[in-house]
Amino acid sequence: MSDAPGHGPRMLQLRPEYMTMALFVLALVVSASLSEFFADVRFVLESSSFFIEVGLIALALTFVVVAGEIDLSVAAMLALSACIFGEVFQVSESVALATSAALVSGLFMGLFNGVLVIWLQLPSLIVTIGTMTLFRGIAQILVGDYSIRGFPNWFVGIDWRTVGIVPVPVIIFFAAALVSGLILSRTGFGRKVYLIGANPSAAFHAGIRVRGVKLALFAATGVVSALAGIMMASRLGVVRYDLATGSELQAVLVVMLGGTYIFGGRGSILGTTVALWLLVVLQTGMSVANISIDYQLAVLGLLLILAIIGSNAIYARSGR
Amino acid sequence: MKLRTLLAAGALAMTTAAPALAQDDFDIVYIPKNAGNPYFDSIVGGFEDAAEALGYNFTTVAPATAEATSQIPFITAQIQRGVDVIAISPNSPDALNQVFDRARSRGIKIIIVNSDIPGSEAHRDVAVLPVDFSTIGVAQLELLGEQIGYEGQIAILSATTDAPDQNVWIADMEALLESDDRFANMELVTIAYGDDDPQKSTTEMEALLANYPDLRGVISPTTVGVAAAAQVVETAGVSEQVRVVGLGTPNQMRRFIENGTVEAFQLWSPYNEGWLAGYMGVAMVKGELEAAPGNTFEVPELGTIQFLENNVIHTQARPTTFDSSNIADFDF
Repeated sequence: MSDAPGHGPRMLQLRPEYMTMALFVLALVVSASLSEFFADVRFVLESSSFFIEVGLIALALTFVVVAGEIDLSVAAMLALSACIFGEVFQVSESVALATSAALVSGLFMGLFNGVLVIWLQLPSLIVTIGTMTLFRGIAQILVGDYSIRGFPNWFVGIDWRTVGIVPVPVIIFFAAALVSGLILSRTGFGRKVYLIGANPSAAFHAGIRVRGVKLALFAATGVVSALAGIMMASRLGVVRYDLATGSELQAVLVVMLGGTYIFGGRGSILGTTVALWLLVVLQTGMSVANISIDYQLAVLGLLLILAIIGSNAIYARSGR
Repeated sequence: MKLRTLLAAGALAMTTAAPALAQDDFDIVYIPKNAGNPYFDSIVGGFEDAAEALGYNFTTVAPATAEATSQIPFITAQIQRGVDVIAISPNSPDALNQVFDRARSRGIKIIIVNSDIPGSEAHRDVAVLPVDFSTIGVAQLELLGEQIGYEGQIAILSATTDAPDQNVWIADMEALLESDDRFANMELVTIAYGDDDPQKSTTEMEALLANYPDLRGVISPTTVGVAAAAQVVETAGVSEQVRVVGLGTPNQMRRFIENGTVEAFQLWSPYNEGWLAGYMGVAMVKGELEAAPGNTFEVPELGTIQFLENNVIHTQARPTTFDSSNIADFDF
């Protein structure tokens, strides 16, 4: 999953993903030494299913960030589409209908973000901070401070379903990572995304439909957020307007930890994937060792700063 | 030489540690809504003292925010640690149902502390409520009655007009003023609503003083309201003529008790909830106590405790009264 081919014949080009991988290995070692309860693959996989929703969103967000944009409304889109899922299910008693409605609502929310960013030419940071509040607000108006539940038993508890010892959400994540990794690194579309992020005007003059690509990325992020919302509805058996509050920052953290360059043009799905598992191992390891949340947050914050400094330095060296 | 002492010390530690683990060793964990909240720290204090008295292992872990699902990873981690009891003040009435089921399927007792999870009772073992809330109305009226000789005009400063608990307590008080002879000479002149906003509560309290010059007392059964009311009577210098009582927290009200503006107020003791849940948890794990409506057990200092319908428990029959004699003992 290379992003910048043709940087000379160096055998081992230093890439930010390597730093993420090194941190991942370090986190494994530290977590295992912190607590005797950690070294249990079944447990780590079981715990990882809490992170999969954020992980799926981070995959989509990687494309958006590589293209030089950001989407902070992802968690709000997750919540609103989950609430729409719940409302439609309550009326229709049909999971299929509710799922379709949720996915379509995610598509529209993503398109809405895209239209505001592309045609009004507003910075995506500002637009999606706005729509983050808007979508969350609509979810609250729709559902109020209540929960919707009563989903059928076969639907509830996707994280309990396993293939061998691997929970279904984890399998979904790896499948999604593989597909999105191939798209970003092996297709013409992926190359366009990198070009747009690296140099939008050059991309435009090269005949790339910059606006169309960006719109597609925002729309896809909306759909993926909705998918994550449905997955969360299954995991919790409940939907509420305040689901995943603050998770947008977790998704951004995963993308940054994976070495994707915040100003666009650089980054990889491999990095995001490893970063998600770094987060899983760190948080699970610290939680099972009963390390208090203040220290957990401090460690995560430090790591993020380290990752940003590291990837910046590496990009600077590789002659950006 | 040094290495040898280290090895010897290590061997010693291992030999002493092994039998300790073999004993019946109970692990109880308490997960509050979020970290750094003095109210929940007080519950933790109760658990810790019970742990010392009974010899169980106690830990507390808390998420950073009170978001609906933030406690789930912590519960999963505790399941993995193999604790015997998870006591929790949940951030959602139902978003934790799935993970509660998972914990209980592995033999862990789930004790809800400080509230219940209405509609999801089947997913937990017991709910520990701080007090029998049906006694709040009468306790508040008596507290004010004693201070004004059960005579004169009184007013209520509530939270919002549609706060369910407030309205139940107000209805209780209105019924008692009608029916109970002790309160025959106390006249409820009005109910004001401060919306649990300090500024609005202050304005409403000032209006009460202005509109009812003969007012003898104000009951504010909400923590924001009672602190605002106390501040207003202190500023106006009328704390002798107009007595303020209500439901408040010791930390908010301490100053008014110390300077005599307020003689007494009430709430419950979160410490007692932790103390009770610790005793109950150990008895349940040992198999000495089965959580079933009607069953009773003894808790030192609190007396006989009974499982009510749906395995709900009232830690205290009546609210705790805080005054100059005991406020120093509480920090929440």
